Parts: sequence; structure tokens; C-alpha cells
Amino acid sequence: MKVNPVDRAAQATPPALARQLRGLSDRALAWIFVGPTVFLLLAINIFPLLWTVWLSFTNYQVNRPNRAVTFVGLSNYQRILTDGDIWITMQATAHFLIWTLVLQVLIGFTLAYLINKKFRGNDLWTTVIVLPMMLSPAVVGNFWTFLYQPQIGLFNYVVGFFTGKDPASFSMIADVSLAPWAIVIVDTWMWTPFVMLICLAGLRSIPDSIYEAAECDRASKWRQFWTITIPMVAPFLMLAVLFRGIENFKMFDLVVQLTGGGPGSTTELTSINLKREAFEKWRTGYASAYAVILFVTVFGLASIYVKALNKVKAR
Amino acid sequence: MSSSAREPSARQKWLAGTLVVLYALITLMPLLWIVATGFKTRSEAIAYPPRLLFSPSLEGYVNLFTTQTRATPQALERLGEPTTWYERIVRENRMVIAGPSRYGERFLNSVIIGFGSTFLCMVLGTATAYAFSRFRVPAKDDLLFFILSTRMMPPIAVAIPIFLMFRSLGLSDTHLGMILLYTAVNLSLSVWLLKGFIDEIPVEYEEAALIDGYTRFQAFYKVVLPQAATGIASTAIFCLIFAWNEYAFAVLLTSGTAQTAPPFIPTIIGTGGKDWPAIAAGATLFLLPVMVFTVLLRKHLLRGITFGAVRK
Repeated sequence: MKVNPVDRAAQATPPALARQLRGLSDRALAWIFVGPTVFLLLAINIFPLLWTVWLSFTNYQVNRPNRAVTFVGLSNYQRILTDGDIWITMQATAHFLIWTLVLQVLIGFTLAYLINKKFRGNDLWTTVIVLPMMLSPAVVGNFWTFLYQPQIGLFNYVVGFFTGKDPASFSMIADVSLAPWAIVIVDTWMWTPFVMLICLAGLRSIPDSIYEAAECDRASKWRQFWTITIPMVAPFLMLAVLFRGIENFKMFDLVVQLTGGGPGSTTELTSINLKREAFEKWRTGYASAYAVILFVTVFGLASIYVKALNKVKAR
Repeated sequence: MSSSAREPSARQKWLAGTLVVLYALITLMPLLWIVATGFKTRSEAIAYPPRLLFSPSLEGYVNLFTTQTRATPQALERLGEPTTWYERIVRENRMVIAGPSRYGERFLNSVIIGFGSTFLCMVLGTATAYAFSRFRVPAKDDLLFFILSTRMMPPIAVAIPIFLMFRSLGLSDTHLGMILLYTAVNLSLSVWLLKGFIDEIPVEYEEAALIDGYTRFQAFYKVVLPQAATGIASTAIFCLIFAWNEYAFAVLLTSGTAQTAPPFIPTIIGTGGKDWPAIAAGATLFLLPVMVFTVLLRKHLLRGITFGAVRK
């Protein structure tokens, strides 16, 4: 005879607990299910954020815990916004952000378009292309400094091989003019697959019937590409840009391992600059104000962008 | 005509295939180079021109797992013949093994923190996702947006107060602290992904179970969980990969006992200059599991990446 699963569960559960569980209303269960998550997020995400906001109005320094903490109002913010070095950092970040996005969108979309031709073994090669984005940016970034070594580095050797340049004559991470490109190259290598995958999802979401209708109207392939493919993939592409944009605005691990912000401060992106203020100069209050400004910037830009994205989607 | 019009011609396929394979091979080069460098000797690793062919050596791996001291020829003489293969490799460079390195510990930390946080994240995430999917939760949309927005914060921005908070709670540089931290960071995406998977399970299954006398919790546990298993597994892989790769929090909040491998590997230095084969060996051991995972589970992983992105 088959034992009723409820009876089995009832036997397996200690009576007290069983009564408790049985007695739970959906409402209580909802609280039990959502509560711990919200608590953890409040404790580890929101509370620290509020603390950062509070610290940003003080002159607190972590390495001087005994000094009296005084309230300094907006002076931290004022100092940041009038500090010339911040703008150098912002320029470096903008260069990094714009070029990585341009390259990743172009290469990522092209790859997705080619993969969507469904040649044999395309899923296996897609997986191979995806590998870099699955790996630890810090570990990979660190190894790239080896590839970038003058003379002995593989990158320099390959560039030398194809351009005839002496591989010992340039250093991607020590030359002021090359370092900003060194980080763009590695980030593009690592994250193009992400844009590619999202584009691929976009391409695959276009129903064949639309192309068939265009075919009946004798629209050329070229025209089909610009009037069907591009507009249909655009929302996906914009989403990919949003994610990469946010991630690269926060970029830390890869670049800190590659160049450490150097040479000078040519590749000192905002997060690296912030880390230097907070954990090397120990200007906690100042760094907190900086963090708040960054967060507001990301949040503001992202919200504007999401609005634009929704407009494109609605079209 | 209508169906064949959309099927690319053989020539198009061939051209597309060639270009993609070419890109894939170029993109694979740095990774193959890491694996290859791990099996080179130090002099081979820095040879010019870079060597594609070489006789493999385990020197990098031995250096990775041991600390060594230089010995004078007389001292080496007195030690006599090396008894193990790894001692023999070390002796060739006129060194003696002083003890194990910290790589093993760091790797183990990565395993503990990675799996610990993934497990906790799945428990909390599945429950929350279920509640969001099935129950009337007050201010549900606001809560979901709040959960998602926590991902926009740069880690460095919250690192300062987390650093202070962990210090006062005695959590700094502990496994528990890092597990809680990574769980919190991963929860937002997990809840989103898992809610999508649970939304797809028909409510009728649970209703049938409830009518059969199951409690709500039993219905969740015995009906929904098995149905959502694939979704949970692929979400878990994402969490695991994130925790495995994370660097910013690890480097700022851990130093001794709970340090994971990513901040440790770049700090490996040999005697006199960077020991690239040892770094490459450490990187290979650390990266290889993820690569194998990715290839084996590609169907779920690739779906998960786009699914998570496109839903938002």
C-alpha cells in the first residue's frame, strides 16, 4: 500500500514543528521567507550606505579612532568638486567607458550576427568566446601584465610580428600614451562576450515571419537589416550598454591589477582613486563624500538611461 | 521559398563560421598562455622570442606550493640526494624547501567562502523569490526595485562602513563575515533570476497539493523546489562564480585568515623577480574549474546570463 506523502512528512517532522508549520498562515510564511533577505540587505547594503552618507559630513579618519569626530557640513563635497585631480580621474574614466562600450558593442554585435547564421558547432564556439568573462578579473588582469611585458610579452611579440615594430620598444602599461588603451583592450577582450550574448538573445527573439513579410515586399537584405534587425535588437543592445556602463563605471579589480592606476594617474579610474583616498590616505570623511557623489552619478545616469530605454521599447 | 529564404546559404555559414572561430582562437590565446606558462621553467617563461614549444616542467607548481630558501653548495652536499621528485626540481635551482606555501590555504578559503555564500544565498533567495512570486507582499515592487538597486553600488563605496562594521562585530577577516557579505551581494540578482524560474511553474501544482492536505510550506518544499531545481542550480553557479572571482572586498577586508585566492595569486613572488610560472600555475588551478564548469554547463549558463539581463 502506498503511504500518503503528507503522512510521511508528518511522521518525519517533529510534532511541535509540524504544528507550527501547519499553523502558519500564508502571511506569516511570506514574512519568514522575505524577512531574512531584507534584513541581510539592510544590514550589509543599506546600513553601510547610510553610514557612508553620515561619514561624508564629518572629518572622521579610520586610522585615528580617538580623535573627536566633528561635523563639517558640506565642506568635503565642496573640496571634491573643486579639486582638479578629480577631473583627471573623470577624464580617465570617460575614456575607458566610451571606448570599451564602443568596441564591445561593435564587436559583440558583429559576433552575435555571425553566430546567428547557425553554422555547425556554433554553440561550442560561443562557449569558447564566453570563457574570459567567467574568470576572475584580478587573476586574469595580473597575468595580462605579463603578456604586456616589453620584448618577452606575447602581446608585444604579436604586435611586433604584424607591424614590424620592435617588441622591446614599447610598454603598454608603462607608457603614458598607451596605458589607457591597455586597459581598454583587456576589458574589451573580457567583456565583449557579454554584449554578444545579449545581442544574440535579441537576434533570436525576432520572429522569422517579419523577414518573410519583408521578403514578400521585395525589401533588399540591406534594407531588412536596417529596418528590422537593428531596431529589433536595439533595446537589447541598450540593455547591454547599461549593464556594461554601470560595471565599468565601478571598474576596480581588472584595472588595479593591470596598471594600479599608473603610470602617474593616467589610468586612475574613479574606484581606484576612491580606494586610494579611503584606504591609503585614510581620509574617510572625504572618501565617503566621494563615494556618495559616485553613487548618485551612477544612479542618476542609469535612471535617465532606463527612461530612454523604455521609450525605445515602447516604440 | 518562404522558409528557405531565412536559412543562410552554405557560403554565408562558412564565412560566418570562419570569422567566429578565428575570433575564438585569438580570444583563447591569453588563456592558453596562462596554462602553458605554468609548465615552463622561469628562464623559459621569459625567453625571447616567446616559446610556443618547450619541454614541460613542474617547477612552477612546485614553487607555487612551497616556500624555499637558497642553500650554499656545501649545505646541499651535506643534505645528500633528494628523496622526492619535487625536491629534485627545487635542488636544480640550488634551493631547499623550507615548508608549504599559503596557496593551499587561500584556495581552501575560496572554496569555503564560495560554497558557503552560494548555499546561504540559495536558501534565502529561493524563499524570497517564492514569496514574491506567490504571496501578496506589501510594497512588492518597491522591495524588488530596492533589492535590485543594491547592485549599482561600487564595492569601494560601501567598503569603508562595512570595514568599520565588521571590525566592531569581530567579523573582519573571518570566513563568516565574507560569507555574509557575498551572500548579500549575490542576493539581488538571485532573487530576480529565481523569481523568473518560479513564475514559470504553474500555480495549479501547488493548489492540487494544498487540496491534498499539504501545508503551504510542504507544498513549497515538495512541489515547487523540485520543479525549480534546474533554475536554482544555474543561479547557484552564477553566485559561485561571482564569489569565486570577487576581488575588491576580499583585498580590502581580508588579510590573514580569510583571504581568498584572487588577492593572493598576484602577490606570489619568487626569489629575485616575479615568478611567472608559479603565478601561472596558481592561476591555472584557480581558473580551470570555472572553465570546465562553463563548457560542461554551457546550456544553462548562457541562458542564465541573457535571461537575467533581458528580464530586467
